[in-house]
Amino acid sequence: MKIQTKLKAIALNTFKEAVRNKIFYLLIAFGVFFAMSSKLVSLLTIGNEAKVLKDVGLASIHFFSVLIAVFTGINLVYKEIEKKTIYNILSKPISRSSFIIGKFIGLAFTLLVALVSMAVIFFFFLFISTGELDSGILIFFLLLYMELLIITAISLLFSSFSTPILSSIFTICIYLIGETLWTFNLFKEYLKTPIDKFAAHFLYYILPNLERFNVKSAVVMKTGIGTFHVLNAVLYTAVYITAVLVLAILIFNKREFK
Amino acid sequence: MKALEIKNLKKSFQSNFLIKQFHILKNINLSVEKGDIYGFLGPNGAGKTTTIKCILGIIFPDAGEINLLGKPSNAIESKSKLGFLPEHPYFYDYLTPVELLTFTGQLFAIPKDRLKERTLQLIELVGMKGKEHIKLKKFSKGMIQRIGLAQSLIHDPELLILDEPFSGLDPIGRKELRDIILSLKDNGKTIFFSSHILQDMELIVDKVGIILEGETRKEGKLSELISRSVRNYEIVFTGMEEQAMKENNLDCIPRDKNFILRAETNEETNRLIGLVNRGNGKILSVTPAKMTLEDIFLKEISR
Repeated sequence: MKIQTKLKAIALNTFKEAVRNKIFYLLIAFGVFFAMSSKLVSLLTIGNEAKVLKDVGLASIHFFSVLIAVFTGINLVYKEIEKKTIYNILSKPISRSSFIIGKFIGLAFTLLVALVSMAVIFFFFLFISTGELDSGILIFFLLLYMELLIITAISLLFSSFSTPILSSIFTICIYLIGETLWTFNLFKEYLKTPIDKFAAHFLYYILPNLERFNVKSAVVMKTGIGTFHVLNAVLYTAVYITAVLVLAILIFNKREFK
Repeated sequence: MKALEIKNLKKSFQSNFLIKQFHILKNINLSVEKGDIYGFLGPNGAGKTTTIKCILGIIFPDAGEINLLGKPSNAIESKSKLGFLPEHPYFYDYLTPVELLTFTGQLFAIPKDRLKERTLQLIELVGMKGKEHIKLKKFSKGMIQRIGLAQSLIHDPELLILDEPFSGLDPIGRKELRDIILSLKDNGKTIFFSSHILQDMELIVDKVGIILEGETRKEGKLSELISRSVRNYEIVFTGMEEQAMKENNLDCIPRDKNFILRAETNEETNRLIGLVNRGNGKILSVTPAKMTLEDIFLKEISR
């Protein structure tokens, strides 16, 4: 009971900090703006308007929500250290692991709010433009949320030991690699020595496989997404986040704040 | 049981580029009795904040032992009885005083109703009534310090650690803080605070620990340290001819129409009084000037 109150306090405070920052709203506004600009693109394209709207709109939301995840994840942990508010937290009866877990929950909740607001606006926009309400898009948002959680956990891991600029670069790099992880399997074919092959194989499994969360084409083309695929992605997220957070806690437990 | 006990605390930092180690804390030994106000004194860079960071578990000591209320300082249990005010109180500036106190109270898992009551009580105690719903970023340093003190008291701690609490406060604020510290002592609390403002310390502390270059140089009850030593005697006299003063080699300081003589010892004082009397001077006063904390401090530094 006690630990729950403490975790809730950290999480709620993290959420408050994020939503009281203007950049958070700016990124949401940009996401919405670009999603709506898909209307313009659809006017210039011959073919199915709804498809273009969804394609461009969801891509914009994807891009800006990833930015929000990287920005809030790194900024909020870094600020704690830079502004020395961490001193005060660590002097309280709360363990460092609870701090990291509380931060993660707060960030996850922040992203949920951001994503839900963008989704609601997008659905509304899609409905008045095409009169269509495609429930398949919900799966897109669910899996996008899973992806954002993994990115947040990674940004937390990096900011537990590195500077914000480096953490941002590392996180964005891992995100880009994660989105194109299939290239590792292709690349493996070209490698000669067993050590190289093993390294490529190892990286393929250790880096986050974010492709599995990208179901935009399937949603837009309505080719259908299997329940197994969704469950598999959710399970993968749970395992991956747990592993990354455990690592972040191990590093954070050893860290000294001079 | 001691409120706080530190034995042979050592801490060094390694620079990233040099292999060289910086020994910040070489040998810190302290013992704070329950119910005392303890002054932790040292010049800038002596290791006061580093020691406090070790107590709180913000950094980890290389060697030594720290006990808080009879338990190791890194235990969560010990921290629940500890209140802390950081040197430069950085708090979440997007929160209001009420929000900050509520947040802090939740970290101590204080029940909702009691927390609400306690928050209002503390806001009043630190004189922030009427400003409880303004965001912290709009406050001055002194006001943040007040809120900082309030958050450190939210759970009614047994031991309060204040890092340089007087810096940044105006004279009225300092007086108010002294009063708050004294009233906490009256309620049985132990207060440990670091400072280099000697006057504030002298007025309220029971015991002092002086640290220099990462080592405890002196520790003791203030009353013992100060009363033991009379620094000198000041003899004020008037009516003596200048010629007579010169003849007797009296090294006087003129002040208004009077003269002042200083003597280190009792015998010297008697001798000087005799000389003044013989020169037809009139003794106005003889005052023993007691050693102040500042004298003790300066003496330690110059050693």
